[in-house]
Amino acid sequence: MLTKRIIACLDVRAGRVVKGIQFVDIVDAGDPAELAHRHARAGADEIVLLDITATHEGRGTLLDTVKRTAASLFVPFTVGGGIRSAEDAAAVFNAGADKVSINSSAIARPELIGEIGASFGAQAVIVAIDARRATNSADPVGEAEVYVSGGRKPTGLRVIEWAIEAEQRGAGEILLTSMDTDGMRNGFDCELTRRVSEAVQIPVIASGGAGSAAHFAEVFLSGKADAALAASIFHFGITDSRALKAEVAAAGVPMRLPC
Amino acid sequence: MIAVIDYKAGNLTSVVKALRYLGADDILVTQAPADVLRASKIVLPGVGHFRATQLLEYLGLTKATRAAIANGTPFLGICVGLQWLYEGSTEAPETPGLGHFSGQCERFPATFEGNDLKSPHVGWNSLEDIRPNSRLLSGIAPGSFVYYTHSWRAPISADTAATTFYGGAFTAAVERDNVMGVQFHPEKSAETGLQVLKNFLAL
Repeated sequence: MLTKRIIACLDVRAGRVVKGIQFVDIVDAGDPAELAHRHARAGADEIVLLDITATHEGRGTLLDTVKRTAASLFVPFTVGGGIRSAEDAAAVFNAGADKVSINSSAIARPELIGEIGASFGAQAVIVAIDARRATNSADPVGEAEVYVSGGRKPTGLRVIEWAIEAEQRGAGEILLTSMDTDGMRNGFDCELTRRVSEAVQIPVIASGGAGSAAHFAEVFLSGKADAALAASIFHFGITDSRALKAEVAAAGVPMRLPC
Repeated sequence: MIAVIDYKAGNLTSVVKALRYLGADDILVTQAPADVLRASKIVLPGVGHFRATQLLEYLGLTKATRAAIANGTPFLGICVGLQWLYEGSTEAPETPGLGHFSGQCERFPATFEGNDLKSPHVGWNSLEDIRPNSRLLSGIAPGSFVYYTHSWRAPISADTAATTFYGGAFTAAVERDNVMGVQFHPEKSAETGLQVLKNFLAL
């Protein structure tokens, strides 16, 4: 039976995994390669590495980090942050990534989705969408808006419509982050996830708000997510994927166990 | 020398990396028929469109592969590499496969038993009905999980070495003598995947 995926996300700045607490303080959580392996051993189904600064100067550091992380990692490995062209994507793939995640650059130039897919396959292209529910709307979820630049800039695009366009342009998966729930540890935006998941054929990865195993079970069962991603709860030994997955499985969600 | 065939269908880095990790140091990523003919083992990776396999015919690799496998060289196709071993795929009806195994690869149905079925099939799914005499899957327990990402699948036949269930059962692994294929990505399937590659390297 196809299982639901638990994805561990590493936010990387200047070659180190970092995690903001309450959006502000950045805490050093360690070496990306070491953490990626620890997560994989602890049962994470995939690893995502996001370069949160993605400065041009940091490019060499990122590729070196990707190379080191990928060297002996044998689960799917996605890299995102600052990928603006098919050449940028190729460099990341050559360093050992299996998929790239693109966000602002896909909105700036939607053709990029197909360009990367043409060389590396649709399965290698994840379109990341940062979403915020609409305010003063009869349908705040249906009219949820896409934001870019780390959530600072509204685009005027509706989340569901952009997800459908991304699929039509050849995205292999959608990584949907709710800015309303992100960092709060109060649960995913299940309603938004469900609406997007029902609107597209490709897998939807839910992100933002994970705080407990119950939240994961909820986003799989009622949010119809194919995968769910979390970062902070996996760091600092708060929990590991194996324990988390056992709890989610007990709630009736197919999980890869033992792993 | 292990020939890993490059026909511009996706990223070979992961496959080569996994083979090296398992101790295979003499790996040649190649497009040359001569390399395929002298190789001790052949790996045909590939993700993406079935049409990409046209390049194999164009480069003379279809003929070379046929000769090499007739000589007993172990061959492993991965993902589209497995599909190519069949007669063809509805994904690119004009592009013939090798035809080593009979049958056509077909797309997952849009619905299964009254429910919508998402496609591509992405994620970890379990291996079932593992054929006891499979050399490729030796030591792998039924129910072990492997990683998939694909929209087309190969039919089940007498050569099927394991199945996976998604919108019905399909061929997860195929094996007849020295010719083998896996629909999943062993290079991305943690310990289970590494065991499959280890078994292939040990042939």
